[in-house]
Amino acid sequence: MMYTFWIILTGCLVGLTCGIAGSLLVLRKMSMIADAISHTVLLGIVGAFFVSHSLNGVPMLIGASVVGLLTAYLVEVLNKSGVQSDAAIGVVFTSLFALGVILISLIGDQVHLDTNHALMGEIAFVPWDTMMIKGQSYGPQAVWMLGFALIANVLLITLFYKQIKMSTFDPQFATLVGVPLTFIHYLLMTMVSFSTVASFNSVGAILVVAMLIVPGATAYLLSERFLHVILLSGVIGVIAALLGYGFSILLNVSIAGSMATMTGLLFLLAFLFNPKNGLIIKKLSTHY
Amino acid sequence: MLDFYQSFLSSANVRWVLIGSLILGFASGMIGSFVLLKKQSLISDAMSHAALPGVCIGFMIFQEKSLPILLVGAAVTSLIATHAIQVIVNHSKIKSDAAIGIVISVFFGFGIVLLTYIQQNFTSDQAGLDAFIFGQAASLVRSDVQLVAISSLILVLITTICFKAFKISIFDPSFAKNIGIHVRFFNGLLLALVVGIVVIGIQMVGVVLIAALLITPALAARYWTDNLTVMAWLAGVFGSISGLIGAITSTLFSNLPTGPMIVLSASVIFFISLLIGQRKGLFLRAVKVR
Repeated sequence: MMYTFWIILTGCLVGLTCGIAGSLLVLRKMSMIADAISHTVLLGIVGAFFVSHSLNGVPMLIGASVVGLLTAYLVEVLNKSGVQSDAAIGVVFTSLFALGVILISLIGDQVHLDTNHALMGEIAFVPWDTMMIKGQSYGPQAVWMLGFALIANVLLITLFYKQIKMSTFDPQFATLVGVPLTFIHYLLMTMVSFSTVASFNSVGAILVVAMLIVPGATAYLLSERFLHVILLSGVIGVIAALLGYGFSILLNVSIAGSMATMTGLLFLLAFLFNPKNGLIIKKLSTHY
Repeated sequence: MLDFYQSFLSSANVRWVLIGSLILGFASGMIGSFVLLKKQSLISDAMSHAALPGVCIGFMIFQEKSLPILLVGAAVTSLIATHAIQVIVNHSKIKSDAAIGIVISVFFGFGIVLLTYIQQNFTSDQAGLDAFIFGQAASLVRSDVQLVAISSLILVLITTICFKAFKISIFDPSFAKNIGIHVRFFNGLLLALVVGIVVIGIQMVGVVLIAALLITPALAARYWTDNLTVMAWLAGVFGSISGLIGAITSTLFSNLPTGPMIVLSASVIFFISLLIGQRKGLFLRAVKVR
């Protein structure tokens, strides 16, 4: 009973944390950077393992944010030197991800970190990996990390709400009134890295992308208001996590994969049936 | 040491793997040059991730692990993915980068669902399907590698024959129409070539990283020349070198995954080109500034 509760709570926290951070990326048309970061974070985690010899929370967070920021920085450098942005993203993330995978297969049996884990996560094991302080267990580590990432996201968005909003919708105006665009950019990149690494253990590097981008895009289909999109995106993330968990239990398949599939299904529903500009609604209204 | 190399190269299977990765690398570098020009690098990434559910569905329908069937499945879902991206962009306010991200992650997630479903419910030799994620050259049997080598060769031939038509229809579509080139046909053909590379490359490089084999060699070649013909051949050579290095290292050290090794080799070539490339390499640029 407790076991199921922890898994569902972890899934919901992943949906909420990634949904909130991801909606900003969708609005700022930076979805593929999220894709890149969620791949390269793997390298940060492996790197942190080489330095600290543990898969503990804090070194992992530091390693992941360093590599996440490095990814964003390298893409920017290549872009400025004349490489078109999508190719720049493609080169940077495949290189760093390949390096991460190779390092994982080199350390191989020393840790319970293998390539499958990196891709799909092991949400089923989350409840066993608890936070131990002086022999006392304080709930799963993943829940603590996700909670931390969620609070950080909410705090940063509340603190810099105006700046983020302005730089998203009207970067030129934002520069005029003195919003530090570069700072806001890397702030968001840090948020994405945090959210990614906190979700990494549960849903894996690649399926984090689904939780980041798809709820945000779905919310954007349903609303245009900045705050609404952020909140809605979080809610959609949670719904996808719940549906995905149910689906995976029903068919006994990968939990993370099911959650990603459900985000896709919700997106499809919004795409076809949303009252304002859904595809089916548009078709019907042109007929009658 | 020499003995070791002789015995290594004399193994017929290894030789075939090397030949296969060489030609595959060449074909992907060449086709990648056109993908880069059309600014479709990340679409190719979506196509490759979307191949995973196709492989699984192919296996579930025919219940056997025969490479041609799996590859047909992969081609079908890759094409559906490209189409889905276009539909999303055309019929909603979602921009293309978010559309690509959605398609990549959802198709791949669904592929993982199918993969775990197969692991639960089929007992026959499905173990090899995992190899499609990161690629495992060592798991290829001889007939598979021959399939890869021959299909890659065909792709190279088609690209060479249609080279001019591709070039004109990308650079100047309206001129191409005027001189009687069917631009839509050649766009479709190029798409088919990309799907072809993705599909035949996945068992060796894996769905996650095969796109890098299209993007990276072409981008590296861009630092050496402005001429498309030279660039395409150079990208082909870079691709071959990466394929060869990746295949050799991962055959020698069995715990190294093939796909990531190939991609990392390509990245190193890219990095070298970025630094000392003749055209706009950072080193030359620094010298010129002085």
